[in-house]
Amino acid sequence: MLASGGLVAQNIAFGIVALIMVVGALRVVTTKNVVHAALWLVLVLAGAAAQYLILSAEFVAVTQVLVYIGAVTVLFLFGTMLTRAQLGKATDLNNKTWALGIPVALLVLGTLVYVLIDTFGDDKVVDDPKDVPNVPVQAISDSIFKPYLLPFWALSFVLLAALVGAIVLARKD
Amino acid sequence: MLVNQFLLLGAVLFAIGVYGVIARKNAVLVLMSIELILNSVNINLLAFALRNGGDATGHTFALYIIAVAAAEVGVGLALVILVYRNRRSIALDELSEMKG
Repeated sequence: MLASGGLVAQNIAFGIVALIMVVGALRVVTTKNVVHAALWLVLVLAGAAAQYLILSAEFVAVTQVLVYIGAVTVLFLFGTMLTRAQLGKATDLNNKTWALGIPVALLVLGTLVYVLIDTFGDDKVVDDPKDVPNVPVQAISDSIFKPYLLPFWALSFVLLAALVGAIVLARKD
Repeated sequence: MLVNQFLLLGAVLFAIGVYGVIARKNAVLVLMSIELILNSVNINLLAFALRNGGDATGHTFALYIIAVAAAEVGVGLALVILVYRNRRSIALDELSEMKG
């Protein structure tokens, strides 16, 4: 896999970051400490931002760092602190039937891996390593405000509804 | 760079997120697993955007997914705090009032 496509440095970076992301994701779903899970999640989200950079999506990577690592993780930590009396190891984080998740996850993974390899095989992301396309921010804004303006408006209403809904739900009355 | 290496990474993250949603009882940890799933989708979108010659559509929808995920976490944690205030617990298997 390393020799294919010619983008050796990108492939090595991909491998290292992917390994870190998978280990971090496994720790998120297996750790016994909620705060540790949030911090492992930061590692996975930062790795995702690095993958976006490898995929030459700089603007999305910066947004990922701002929104996910900056805001969502802080929300998770606040949620943890507001809903748990003691921070530290907990024994009751898993369901009694947690083991059922393993075959379901393996089934999902096996199906996806089979379908993906069957469909895409050895397709390359870019055919010629010299012309990795660059997506300027202007192209993204043109795409948001011209053909996808309606979903953008819908998204504005979703954010407004989330804001109002979160205040209504969480306030003391 | 193969397109499959990104898609397979997304598939692995998706499967880990599915396991977390099934196995976890703590509501905050279930929300974290949902974040893993949403991130795997974003990796797929951006891989296909690059494969289509740097199409900005994939980037647009990756940004939309990030915004929707932020809204979802906000409302989800408000719900979790509300459940905690009423029941002093956020264990999801004890929430049986909605059973028909």
